[in-house]
Amino acid sequence: MTIKYTKDHEWVRVEGDVATVGVSDHAQHQLGDVVFVELPDVGRQLQQGKEAAVVESVKAASDVYAPVSGEVIEANADLENDPSLVNTGAETTGWFFKLRLSNPAELDALMDEAAYKAFVEGQA
Amino acid sequence: MTEAAENLKTTPLHALHLELKGRMVPFAGYDMPVQYPLGILKEHQHTRDKAGLFDVSHMGQVRLTGDDPAAALEALVPGDIKGLARGRMRYTLFLNEQGGILDDLMVTNAGDHLFLVVNAACKEQDVAHLRDRLKGKAEVELLDDLALMALQGPAAAGVLERFVPEAATMKFMSYLPATFNGIPVVITRSGYTGEDGYEISCDKSDAETIARALLAEDEVEAIGLGARDSLRLEAGLCLYGHDIDTTTTPVEAALEWALSKRRREEGGFPGYDIIKDQLANGAPRRRVGFRTEGRQPAREHTEVCDMNGNKIGEVTSGGFGPTFNAPVAMGYVDRAHAALDTPVQLMVRGKPLAAKVAAMPFVPQRYYRG
Repeated sequence: MTIKYTKDHEWVRVEGDVATVGVSDHAQHQLGDVVFVELPDVGRQLQQGKEAAVVESVKAASDVYAPVSGEVIEANADLENDPSLVNTGAETTGWFFKLRLSNPAELDALMDEAAYKAFVEGQA
Repeated sequence: MTEAAENLKTTPLHALHLELKGRMVPFAGYDMPVQYPLGILKEHQHTRDKAGLFDVSHMGQVRLTGDDPAAALEALVPGDIKGLARGRMRYTLFLNEQGGILDDLMVTNAGDHLFLVVNAACKEQDVAHLRDRLKGKAEVELLDDLALMALQGPAAAGVLERFVPEAATMKFMSYLPATFNGIPVVITRSGYTGEDGYEISCDKSDAETIARALLAEDEVEAIGLGARDSLRLEAGLCLYGHDIDTTTTPVEAALEWALSKRRREEGGFPGYDIIKDQLANGAPRRRVGFRTEGRQPAREHTEVCDMNGNKIGEVTSGGFGPTFNAPVAMGYVDRAHAALDTPVQLMVRGKPLAAKVAAMPFVPQRYYRG
């Protein structure tokens, strides 16, 4: 099971044709304390690179983009009660939503862990 | 990052912010810490529970001298400055001829002079305004060699007392020149968090010594601008340039309490005719608080609609209130919708969020009145 990252700091982990999406640990650190997450409705068709969710810290609201295209099959209900999961487990328990991939080839253009790490360091 | 970004000014505590790993952002032309590693939520709550130390050295400290600087200043502000007893301070407003707010400020009667604290982003224009309008009546000096820090929270008095024993019995909105470990300071019991606390003015060369001494106390943490904003918003306090500006009058902004009784009757400040009329007949719009259902914050510039979807106003400050444990917002609505508990809709990303006009502060103020 591989994890890939976008330049907008989302991660996507793929199992079969199901992709789990969240924001990277680097992103949560930049955001600060998360107080609210607006998640896409199940059944919504997401387009790669288009708005998919919104994450709100005390200070500001930030868009989260779909790393790949597909249909939303589940949103992380735990985030409703405890948005701070995004801070404590950005790449694990703080996942945002799952979608069924409509174009798995889109994954090829995303960064692997090492490339993302280098990307983040290059931004610092 | 070890250096301030280009063209940004720094305060005398800049090196300390970097040492404390503050996340630095540009604010009013200064490189300032928006938060420290503790994070905004914990910094906010720490200030409500114990004590927080804020660097507010970017703000303008101004000395006004002359034969009667209080009488002179009254030509520019609607507060009773002449009636201010020695060692007492008051919140007031620089107004324009339309009754719009040029800046909000604190004025202290320091005995042989008036001591003013004005907003960082407005300080140059405030000083120019004072010099222009008070020419021949008062001397205006921007005290660029001073630093200013705020110690805020229920433990603030207990902490400061260890260094300045007489600070403990100061009343809210009073002023006291003193020494802190032998260092000359000027202390006011005031702040911008809704909590009891102090602002401490000192020479910039002494700022780091004082800050380190306070931070060494168990109850005190360094607090950034992020928590300063969420604390003042919960306390219902206005942020200049957001909740009040040249297009808002004190009556619209629900700041009638800053219009002293004698001044309401006598006038003699800019915009008096408009303000007098609004006091008698109401203003077309009013600053109110908003309480929402759920946890989704409504931010600045969020449109406020009535229940039929007609635009009736706008949010001017909004976010999440860590102590209120819910979203908090304030903004303006047309007067017909300004009554408490009026249902409104906040249009967040195109979707209506149910809200009600709410009383402020969201979190009770806890000033020390002796």
